[in-house]
Amino acid sequence: MNVKYAISDTAVMTGRVMKQIFRSLDTIITVLFMPVAMLLAMNYVFGGAMDLGGVGTVDYMLAGIIMMCVLSGVAYTAYRIHVDVQKGLFERFHSMPVAKSSILGGHVLTSIVSNAVSVIAIILIGLLIGFRPEAGAVGWLMAALVIILFIAAMTWVSVFFGLAMKSVETAGVFAYLLIGLIFASSSFVPTGSMPPALAAFALHQPMTPIADSVRLLLLGEPPGNSLPIALAWCIGIGAAFWAMSVKAYGRRA
Amino acid sequence: MTAVKAVGLRKSFKAQTVLKGVSLTVGQGEIFALLGSNGAGKTTTIKILATLLRADSGTAEVCGFDVAKQGRRVRECISLTGQFAAVDDILTGRENLIMIGRLRHLGDPKGEADRQLGEFGLSDAADKPLSTYSGGMRRRLDLAMSMMGSPRVIFLDEPTTGLDPQGRLAVWDTVRTMVESGVTVFLTTQYLEEADSLADRIAILHDGAIAAEGTAAELKRLAPPPKLVLSFLEQGGMAQAAEALAAYGPVPGALTLTVATDGSVNQTAEIMRRLENAGIEASFAQRPPTLEEAFLTIIKEAI
Ligand SMILES: Nc1ncnc2c1ncn2[C@@H]1O[C@H](COP(=O)(O)OP(=O)(O)OP(=O)(O)O)[C@@H](O)[C@H]1O
Ligand SMILES: [Mg+2]
Repeated sequence: MNVKYAISDTAVMTGRVMKQIFRSLDTIITVLFMPVAMLLAMNYVFGGAMDLGGVGTVDYMLAGIIMMCVLSGVAYTAYRIHVDVQKGLFERFHSMPVAKSSILGGHVLTSIVSNAVSVIAIILIGLLIGFRPEAGAVGWLMAALVIILFIAAMTWVSVFFGLAMKSVETAGVFAYLLIGLIFASSSFVPTGSMPPALAAFALHQPMTPIADSVRLLLLGEPPGNSLPIALAWCIGIGAAFWAMSVKAYGRRA
Repeated sequence: MTAVKAVGLRKSFKAQTVLKGVSLTVGQGEIFALLGSNGAGKTTTIKILATLLRADSGTAEVCGFDVAKQGRRVRECISLTGQFAAVDDILTGRENLIMIGRLRHLGDPKGEADRQLGEFGLSDAADKPLSTYSGGMRRRLDLAMSMMGSPRVIFLDEPTTGLDPQGRLAVWDTVRTMVESGVTVFLTTQYLEEADSLADRIAILHDGAIAAEGTAAELKRLAPPPKLVLSFLEQGGMAQAAEALAAYGPVPGALTLTVATDGSVNQTAEIMRRLENAGIEASFAQRPPTLEEAFLTIIKEAI
C-alpha cells in the first residue's frame, strides 16, 4: 500500500494520542512532578549526607531522575494502548482502510516524542537547581542517543504490557517495577557504597550502565565500558519487546 | 445485488468450535439481522466478515470482494460498529468524526463531520468532551462515525445492548434512516423484538450454523399454529368448557383457557360447536405466533 497513506495515517494517530496527553493534566504532572520532587528532596534533604565520589548531588543523580521520568511516562503509554484495546478502538481502526503500521505507530511515536520533551524539561529544571554539565557537542549527542534508545526500548516494553495485561490497573505496573530496578542500580548511589550482594546485582543489570553512561557523558568524562553495554541493553530490550509486542498485537487484534 | 455472501464459514478457538459452517446471503439495501443467544458466535461471524478474524475454512465476500484475499477492498466499502461504543473519550464528538474522516482519506473530513453531526442530532454537543455524553449519545456518535465516508455495508454488533427502551427506539429509527441512503445493514441481536421490527430478513444462528432464515413472517410460520384463547365470565363456565374440550388439552389461566389447534377451520369450528352445544358463554381470540415461539421451536428442532 502506498507510503503516502501510511504517513498521513500515522500523523492522524499521533495527533490523536498527543491530544490525549495534553488534555490529561495528571499525566503531565505525574511524569514531570514526581522525578523533580525526588531530585529536590535528594538535593536539599539528603544533599551533603551522601558520598557520591566527589560529584554534586544533582550532577550525580540527574541521569537516574531522567530514567525515572521516562518510566513514569511509558506507564501512560501502556495505559493508553490498553484503553484503546478495551474500548474496541483498535478493532474499529482494523475494520477501516488504515495503514496497519500506523495504529501502534502513533502510540510509539507519541511516546518517544513526549518522553523526549519531558527529558528536556527535566534537564532544564536540573540546570536551575545546580546541574553543571561539562559535555561537549559529541558528549551531548552520545548522551542523547543513549536516552532516545532507552526511551524507545521502554516504549516497546510498555506496548507489550499495554497489549498483554488483562486490566487497566496492571497495564502500567511494569513501570513501577522497573523504577525499583533504577533504585537498585548506580543511579542514586555508587555501587561501591552498596552491600556486596546488592552491588553485584546492580553491576549486572541494565539500569547501571545506562545511568553511568548518561551521567559520565553529560559531565564530560569518558564513559568507558558503560556506553557500549548501555547501547547493547537498550537495543536488545527494544528488539525483544518489539518482537513480543508484534506477537501480542496479532493475538489481541 | 449481493452485499454479503458467506459459504460454509467454520471457526474454532482452541478446543471450542464456534462456527460449524455458516452460510448466508444479504442483498444490497437490506436490513439483515443475525439472531442468536449469548455466545452463539454472532460477534465471531461479524469479525470474519469485517476482516478482523480469519475463518478456518469457508469463504465470504463483501461488496463482491473476498474477505480473506482482498481485505483492503472490503475495508474500503464497510464500516463496523462493535458491541461496545468504540469512541475516544478524550476527544470531542466532532474530533472523533474528523479523525475517522481523515483515516478514511476523505476530501473534506470537516464538512462530512458537520453533516453527520446534524444527521445524528449531535450538533449541539459537537464540541463537548465525551465525558458529558449520555449512553445514547455515545451510541449515536458511534453510529455517526460508522457512516463517515458513506460505506456500502454497515456491520452493527448488538447496537442496542445496554440502552434504555427510549435509546433503543432512537437507534432503530437511526438504522431505518441509514438504509434510506441505500446502505446495507448487517446487525446482530439477542432481542427477537428488535429483529422483528427492524430487519427485512432474519437468520437464526444456533449451535454454530444458521438454523433458519427468512422474513419475520416466514419464520413465524415455522412456529406452532395459532392458539385459541377462550375467555369466560365466571368460573363455572370455564370448568364446564374445560370438560367439554378435554380432548384438546386446554391450558387454564385466569378465567381463560388456551387451546392449541392445528390452525384448520374444521378443528376451530368443532371447538366452537362443543361450546355452543354445552351452552357456555365465552368469547374467543386467536393469538398469532410470536417470533419467540418460532425461535424456540427452531432451536428445539435443531437439537
Ligand atoms: N478470541 C477468542 N478466544 C477464545 N474463545 C473465543 C474468542 N472469541 C470468542 N470466543 C468464544 O466463542 C464463543 C462465541 O463468541 P461470540 O463472541 O462470537 O458470541 P456472541 O454470539 O457474539 O455472544 P454475545 O451475545 O455474548 O456477544 C464464545 O463461547 C466465546 O467464549
Ligand atoms: Mg457478541
